[in-house]
Amino acid sequence: MNDKKTARNEGIILREIDVDAILIKVLKEDREDILREVTDSKLKGRGGAGFSTGRKWSLAAEARSDQKYIICNADEGEPGTFKDRVLLTDYTDALLAGMTIAGYAVGAESGIIYLRGEYVYMIDHIHDRIKNRYENKLLGDNIAGKKGFVFNITVRLGSGAYVCGEETALIESLEGQRGEPRNRPPFPVTCGFMGKPTVVNNVETFITALHILDKGAEWFKKFGTDKSTGTKLFSISGDCAKPGVYEFPLGITVKEVLTHIGARDAKAVQVGGASGRCVAHDEFESTLAFEDISTGGSIIVFGPHRDMLAVARNFMEFFAEESCGQCTPCRYGVEALLEGIEMLEQRKCSMKYLNELLGLCETMQVTSKCGLGQSAPNAFMSILKNFKHEILSRDSAR
Amino acid sequence: MLASERDQLKTEIWEMARKYDHHRSGLMPVLQHVQRKYRYISPEAMQESAGAFHIHPVEVYGVVSFYSFLSTKPKGKFIIRLCRTISCEMTGKAVIARQLENDLGITFGETTKDGMFTLEYTNCLGMCDSGPALLVNDEIYTEVTPESVADIIESYVRKFGASVTEEKKHE
Ligand SMILES: Cc1cc2nc3c(=O)[nH]c(=O)nc-3n(C[C@H](O)[C@H](O)[C@H](O)COP(=O)(O)O)c2cc1C
Ligand code: SF4
Ligand code: FES
Repeated sequence: MNDKKTARNEGIILREIDVDAILIKVLKEDREDILREVTDSKLKGRGGAGFSTGRKWSLAAEARSDQKYIICNADEGEPGTFKDRVLLTDYTDALLAGMTIAGYAVGAESGIIYLRGEYVYMIDHIHDRIKNRYENKLLGDNIAGKKGFVFNITVRLGSGAYVCGEETALIESLEGQRGEPRNRPPFPVTCGFMGKPTVVNNVETFITALHILDKGAEWFKKFGTDKSTGTKLFSISGDCAKPGVYEFPLGITVKEVLTHIGARDAKAVQVGGASGRCVAHDEFESTLAFEDISTGGSIIVFGPHRDMLAVARNFMEFFAEESCGQCTPCRYGVEALLEGIEMLEQRKCSMKYLNELLGLCETMQVTSKCGLGQSAPNAFMSILKNFKHEILSRDSAR
Repeated sequence: MLASERDQLKTEIWEMARKYDHHRSGLMPVLQHVQRKYRYISPEAMQESAGAFHIHPVEVYGVVSFYSFLSTKPKGKFIIRLCRTISCEMTGKAVIARQLENDLGITFGETTKDGMFTLEYTNCLGMCDSGPALLVNDEIYTEVTPESVADIIESYVRKFGASVTEEKKHE
């Protein structure tokens, strides 16, 4: 399998490395040193929420339990995101080694990859790589000759539910339940899969941690900004000359990205997928970083001719379909926003009602139970803010 | 369902459940297996799964109804899932949708009379850089053109000896 044709701008994550040599080297270090190095790197989770990886691993390491789990979130369902697809197919061993190191650092013996059902076409390849690592004693008992260190990895499939990318819904799904998010706290690091301490990380996070442990936190921090260290993969699609997966240092401006990908005439960019926000021309100097525009890496470009209300509709239809329906603000809110879009399409929405809808958006952000409902209104709000004139002056119902 | 079929189903479910020590964490893999092999999860399959994991059948139903890839109604041998999310919409998913409907002679949500193809929409398939994208069972197709729709369908008809699609019956 080779997906590399779509990956560009090698920096940290996409560089060629000797995965097994790094694993063997790292397994000779003390757990505490590994945890410290990852913490010092200030690596933040690459799945979107941006929690400190070093802190997450340390909390799980401190938790006392006979069993702990390392879960790789390979549910990649955010619209416009496909970088994990490339990592899962072309950087599989780096992922498996990254998970193994996480297991060593926190004291877990079991790793699970939760692979979205849509990616079942790559499962044979992943199983092959896992089998190969068992044969080479890089998985299983006494890994790389390290007495007493055991780590096993299995793959489990999702069944077509975006919300299962939310870590507690993912755990529910693994436990054979409906994929409905749990109340937090408790957090998975103390009470996760089977009630045991569990680290859930994104595919890219495990691989990035491997690179940090290869070259050190100081080297890693040379890339990116003070608060958003390192590089990140971006999945770029929409109206541009060169769509694909790119690696850029965090802190790059939207404008610089647009130049790289051949999209100088873009009128807007959706950063962070359906749950992210729409960034218009006047914000193109903003940076892609946790302290500015935070993102899991989805960038969708809209050219000058795009109908932004149709874009908003597509996003809201996505949420209407994918909301688990467990809590009212999300279930009801998404439907109401979709109806609002229909009224706008028919040019029958009063300014008063539009403002009520924007108020509803704020309620959803604050009162929804999980990230899906909390971020579902972002696209609606930002598209209406940036393109109110375009939307209200539509000259005919389409 | 024939008694022998039910026995077969029962054996499969219980054997898989045993691998998970009859712990509920094995429920999804069992249901995924049943869906794949039998193209839906019948009331009998739900009852057997419930028995194998010591839970009430309504719990199993709750799980099946939650996931879009599990279904309580029989699906076609090949499920075609067209991505309708934004990036594919921008690369022309509507045209592909129309061609699929024309070439299969059914609309979205339907199954061809010969039971070969079910046509559905799905959300982002992670192929946004090369849309329009669709899945046929486990296989992914990217940069689909209206012309290639017929070829994709034909390849399954040929490979698996599907009798005829709806469209051809009218010829
Ligand atoms: C609705 C929803 C969907 C999510 N989908 C994903 C996903 O597909 N992949 C992922 O890594 N994180 C996803 N997340 C974030 C996870 O809950 C979690 O924060 C992440 O897996 C932690 O890993 P990280 O710290 O390495 O980013 C999602 C969150 C929400 C609310
Ligand atoms: S916010 Fe939406 S997806 Fe999240 S728990 Fe509530 S209903 Fe479910
Ligand atoms: S939008 Fe169709 S594959 Fe992502």
